[in-house]
Amino acid sequence: MGTFAYFPHTEEDIRVMLERIGVPNLDALYSDVPDEFIRKEDYDLPSSMSEDQVRAWFESMAARNTRLKVFAGAGAYDHYTPSVIPYITSRSEFLTAYTPYQCEISQGTLRYIFEWQTMICALTGLDVSNASMYDGPTAAAEAMRMCVASTRKRNTVVASSRLLPNVLEVLRTYSRYSGINLVETSDVAEAVAEGTLDLAGVIVPSINRYGIIESHLGLAQLVHEMGGLLVEYCDPSALAVVKTPAEWGGDIAVGDGQSLGIPLCYGGPYVGFMACRSELMRKLPGRIVGQTQDAQGRRAFVLTLQAREQHIRREKATSNICSNESLMALWCTVYLSLMGPEGMRKLNSICYENSHYLKRELLATGLFSDPFEGREFLKEFVLQPLCDVQKLQQALLDAGFFGALATEEGYVSFCVTERRTREEIDALVKVVKELAL
Amino acid sequence: MRYYDKLIFELSRPGRSGYSLPDMPKASLPEPGSSIVWRQTPLELPEVSEPDVVRHYTNLSQMNFGVDTGFYPLGSCTMKYNPKINEEVVALFNGYHPLQPEETTVGIQSIYDFMDKALAEITGMRHFTFLPCAGAHGELTGLMLIREYHMSRGDAARTKIIVPDSAHGTNPASAAVCGLDVVVVKSRPDGLVDVDALKPLLGPDIAGIMLTNPNTLGLFEKDIKQIAGLVHGCGGLLYYDGANMNPLLGVVRPGDMGFDVMHLNLHKTFSTPHGGGGPGSGPVGVGERLVPFLGKPRVSGFHGNFGVILRACAYILALGKENVKLAGRLSTLAANYIKESLKDCYKLPIPSVCKHEFVFDGLKDAGDVTTLDVAKRLLDYGFHAPTIYFPLLFHQALMIEPTETESLQTLDSFIEVMRKIAAEASENPGLLHGAPHNAPISRPDETAAARQPILKYSKV
Repeated sequence: MGTFAYFPHTEEDIRVMLERIGVPNLDALYSDVPDEFIRKEDYDLPSSMSEDQVRAWFESMAARNTRLKVFAGAGAYDHYTPSVIPYITSRSEFLTAYTPYQCEISQGTLRYIFEWQTMICALTGLDVSNASMYDGPTAAAEAMRMCVASTRKRNTVVASSRLLPNVLEVLRTYSRYSGINLVETSDVAEAVAEGTLDLAGVIVPSINRYGIIESHLGLAQLVHEMGGLLVEYCDPSALAVVKTPAEWGGDIAVGDGQSLGIPLCYGGPYVGFMACRSELMRKLPGRIVGQTQDAQGRRAFVLTLQAREQHIRREKATSNICSNESLMALWCTVYLSLMGPEGMRKLNSICYENSHYLKRELLATGLFSDPFEGREFLKEFVLQPLCDVQKLQQALLDAGFFGALATEEGYVSFCVTERRTREEIDALVKVVKELAL
Repeated sequence: MRYYDKLIFELSRPGRSGYSLPDMPKASLPEPGSSIVWRQTPLELPEVSEPDVVRHYTNLSQMNFGVDTGFYPLGSCTMKYNPKINEEVVALFNGYHPLQPEETTVGIQSIYDFMDKALAEITGMRHFTFLPCAGAHGELTGLMLIREYHMSRGDAARTKIIVPDSAHGTNPASAAVCGLDVVVVKSRPDGLVDVDALKPLLGPDIAGIMLTNPNTLGLFEKDIKQIAGLVHGCGGLLYYDGANMNPLLGVVRPGDMGFDVMHLNLHKTFSTPHGGGGPGSGPVGVGERLVPFLGKPRVSGFHGNFGVILRACAYILALGKENVKLAGRLSTLAANYIKESLKDCYKLPIPSVCKHEFVFDGLKDAGDVTTLDVAKRLLDYGFHAPTIYFPLLFHQALMIEPTETESLQTLDSFIEVMRKIAAEASENPGLLHGAPHNAPISRPDETAAARQPILKYSKV
């Protein structure tokens, strides 16, 4: 006792506490638990490690991974994380805080969420944002549920088959158990125009799984005529320069905030975002922060519209989400504050320049053809390989690159962010050229 | 803590910037007018310098309370200390793409394997999925597995799930999202599930039951063996809501009690920071018969919140087989100590031994002082408030959970303050109605916030 750094109890402390309670020992506190359930044996776990040993254990694990130059995206993008962000997000007052239910001592959290909501509205062009969702795919699933909840007695959601594969998988999961009729199609407009569906909503990508920036001209009007809502799945970093969900006439925008300065970290924690038109505000799932005044008339922020949420409405709530990804929303908020409108534009310009350069160079090797010639893309693109894909991928891996991600359709995809230098791109192309010989 | 009134947008000046990007003067995008796919609307983000940003968010942080600031006696939330080494190890893994081939992430796969084995050992389950990102997400995943099990047996009629009236709000909400109808089973006056009321609910339409044990009153459901027998007997499965796992950590394994599927909140029981409301992680463990379905529900984008899983892993390594046996016991010790030290001035509706948490039903001598007043007054004394008005069984519920990482001195000063507040309630109730007096803000007008919502900043 008293030898483990996280437990402050001395033998004497424990004695004093047991005496106050009136029981002889710690095990007597479990006298209400049937004895057969009390674990007598040791747990099969390693022996307690010192901090230095813990560090060494993780260093040895890290050493067994291979660091690669990332030329892939598919929903996780290797953008740079400014050093300001981890400094701010690791402040104990943010990191170790609970959900801001006690608003008087949580104004820091509440204010940054209010700022996040404002920035998500600025990026998407929509009116209202929530405090965050788990990740992009689950945000899409929540949007699907929101369409059904908002349109009453309508139960079909049409999803573009050009959404990212992991978004479609999560949509399938959520629809399977909640009985929503999910229709996947490559021609959303055609499926909707037939008019035979009890259409609740339509989910389309802003930038699709091939990296192409899609045109949704006329789609919102069509979907609305058929009584449904239009949801757009977006990369928020790209929204600084590509047409916004609001500009296309959409009702709900969802996506993953990872591209706003969150490290790849093998897939998480990331943060989902969700915004909608003001008419749908009371159907929006999750927490929402609102502005008000305290008793002295000072500007103050609170969690609001809580009548939608699980702790009040239980089985009648719009969603079961409770904990979200608050701290990751702070990552994005600090990122967007640093970048500003000009930084976001410049960042996207560099991605555009880099990715177009790589695509030209790869096509010049003669090992690929371009299945989507002339379509606008930003940082990610696919090519039709005219060579052995496995050999290509292995050659890239051997040279320390992660790229040429194989897609279900037989393409290979590449993504180039601002972090990839001209030298790195040239080195990758050189590896490919050697395959051609 | 001091009041600071700015929003980042109010620091903005045109032309200022805080970014640092590689210099590529020739890089440019097509003109917005060149194609309809480009953005036309100007992007309104703040234009601020790096020092502006750092100072602004530092000032914001100083209006916040965290575990590192002070004690959180927050029932059902397990706000234990968040070890600092856990934060440092995450940086070793930041650069890996989630779709990298497995042969390039051997260390990462070993960590997942280690966590699978460690959590299975601690809980008595067979295997875990790490996809769920929080507790409620884990509940949903677990219920999907239960449905998958019944569907695989052609048992499609099992669409009802039993949930006690004392359950966390997420339980019925998760069931509804999973397409299940909720059947509520009542608690007896002693706070435990009424087994006699449960029996008539069981039948061929029951998918299972969701229980948290100890329950939200901090009471161990001692009839669990009988309940498990009854539910299994009718063909249903048992879900264990791991939000209250902390008192059982190192003492009792849900798998041994007959549970088929459960989630853990790594941000509660396994010491990862709550982050102002996430990221959490809600891995789901299953017993033998659900193992074949474990990979089926794809509930999140990649591999779950790996960064959170790393922190929990560091905690388990530090805890080790020696200290794990103390964690639950010491949390139970602390809860009972507070309960016994305050039951003369706060109403204790159920006097039996509690586990990691317990519930007072307000002050004994309340007058017009409410639980909300007590909670807000605690903020003045440097403590977070307990969970209030939950569970719904008592009108003035104050739910207190101290965890095993608080010292006797901290517990004693909390007890002293709670007694002082009880005295203030009878001597000067106005002081409590107006609390907090020392926080960055006083009580806000929440009605106005909901009636005329202002949900984003707009320039005046």
